[in-house]
Amino acid sequence: MRLFATLVIGILTMGQFAHPVTAQSQPLRIEITDGVIEPMPYAVPDFVAETPGSNQVAKDISRVIAADLNGTGLFREIPAKAHISSITNFGSPVQFADWKAVNAQALITGGVSVSGNQLEVKFRVYDVFAGTELGNGLRFKGTTDGWRRMAHKVADAVYARITGEGGYFDSRVVYVAETGPKNNRKKRLAVMDYDGANLQYLTDSSSIVLAPRFSPTGDRVLYTSYETGFPQVYVLDVGSVRRKVLSNESGTMSFAPRFSPDGKSVVMSVTEGGNTDLYKMDIGSGKRQRLTSTPSIETAPSYSPDGSKIVFESDRSGSQQIYVMSSRGGEATRISFGKGRYGTPVWSPRGDLIAFTKQHKGRFHIGVMRTDGSEERLLTASFLDEGPTWSPNGRVIMFTRETRGAGGAASLYSVDVSGRNLKPVKINGGGSDPSWSPLQ
Amino acid sequence: MKLWTKAVLTVAALSLAACTDPGGFGNDDDFGAGTGSDLGSNADPSSIAYFQEAVGDRVLFVVDQSTLSEQGRLVVLAQANWLMQNTDYVAVIEGHADEQGTREYNLALGARRASAVQELLVSQGVASNRIRTLSYGKERPIEICSEESCYAQNRRAVTVLTANLSG
Repeated sequence: MRLFATLVIGILTMGQFAHPVTAQSQPLRIEITDGVIEPMPYAVPDFVAETPGSNQVAKDISRVIAADLNGTGLFREIPAKAHISSITNFGSPVQFADWKAVNAQALITGGVSVSGNQLEVKFRVYDVFAGTELGNGLRFKGTTDGWRRMAHKVADAVYARITGEGGYFDSRVVYVAETGPKNNRKKRLAVMDYDGANLQYLTDSSSIVLAPRFSPTGDRVLYTSYETGFPQVYVLDVGSVRRKVLSNESGTMSFAPRFSPDGKSVVMSVTEGGNTDLYKMDIGSGKRQRLTSTPSIETAPSYSPDGSKIVFESDRSGSQQIYVMSSRGGEATRISFGKGRYGTPVWSPRGDLIAFTKQHKGRFHIGVMRTDGSEERLLTASFLDEGPTWSPNGRVIMFTRETRGAGGAASLYSVDVSGRNLKPVKINGGGSDPSWSPLQ
Repeated sequence: MKLWTKAVLTVAALSLAACTDPGGFGNDDDFGAGTGSDLGSNADPSSIAYFQEAVGDRVLFVVDQSTLSEQGRLVVLAQANWLMQNTDYVAVIEGHADEQGTREYNLALGARRASAVQELLVSQGVASNRIRTLSYGKERPIEICSEESCYAQNRRAVTVLTANLSG
């Protein structure tokens, strides 16, 4: 069963803009590639409750939209108490002067109606200083229990219109939930919305589970489990929570799996006789193909978005470094040449960058480099940062940060690819090994 | 009239599957770690307790290495000798790494360490079908400080015995 909702999208274009396009000095725009930016001030007054009993959900939706936008570090909300005008009717003309007066460059208005378990949310985005609407109003229909997703969809649309980039709020993260002390840590798979809401556990904590990875459509998860006593790769259907072992050959360990972009095969590490190499396995047939054949460690593989290449780590040079090869195997090219050790490379969904973990002088860093290894930039530094995963739009990286010492614990952090906006991800207890889903 | 460009997104079946916890796995593996074997008395030279305490069940490694030290080699030779005399036991060699490394690399490194012990045991005549290896990477530290004194104890390969039920 597919977990994610079926989206039926119908677009009707009706007539022209109500506001004629006037001469504008500059369109409302955030260029998120800029190194340092001043967050854009905006207002999102509580959405108008258009049916009795929809006040709370209207308010809640507005708050989730604001949390999404504020969380990017690119937007700064003008708080409601500073507003000098309110939106009481979604259809009434906006008093731009009132929003200009509180310095809101963008204004988001919306209306919410509830009928039974059906929820309808509509919104508009305004360029306050130009006195025009930015894009056109949109309406989302769904069920009331999906209200957070509809709020995320509104925020994604606002983000996309103002930055020109795809959004990432209507997405999920699968990770390893951790409890207990370092020498008796309990691990179980968990999935949540990208902002930590709607947490659901996918396994119990009776055996170690490691490094879950979402499928390209977000319906399945690959992970490593010790449930037979030996580490093996499993595939789990997120909807039914049913799982099956993928590679279960006696005497071999398998780990570090990742889906191919078409979702039909898996690349992973298999260890035989103490030697770890990369293999590709067809999920349907179980047929296995060896991709590397060296006495060194080859692990942490990740496909390029077009499926033509695999980036991985190897210590064939004597220390852990990053290599790129054809997804059919064969000759590999080393791309990491800085000081220190490099591991856990992950290809960006945009195809332009590779995120990695770097170890140097006893510190760990999350960094990015171009796919030829040039323009390396370190985004973080700590006692132990590792395991980056990309947001669906390739703009944000989530990773594991573990603290030092006997009381050390793992948690999830995120950072912009620019290195800005480093912050913890709100989760219940400890967590590690995040994997970000595609946009739902 | 303010004109809409409408995009109607019907989000069907938004309700996710109910929170389900799969039950216990209940997969007994008499060869794996975790099954209770009678340790016996360490005064009995054929007991697991004797193996652990008198022979030595573990060897330690230096940072990012899987080569046995001279001391480690002597421990494994003693293990081989004991296993040759006590053929009712099978062994799982568990390889481990300290926390100073990435998760996947440490899994592979622990596997190398376990394999180094296995190879020496087999070279001394222990039947290869009595020995399995696996790696826990950095998942099962025994010492929890973030200092070399702890890391040194965690970079280990432990020979875990189980009475061979079919033997």
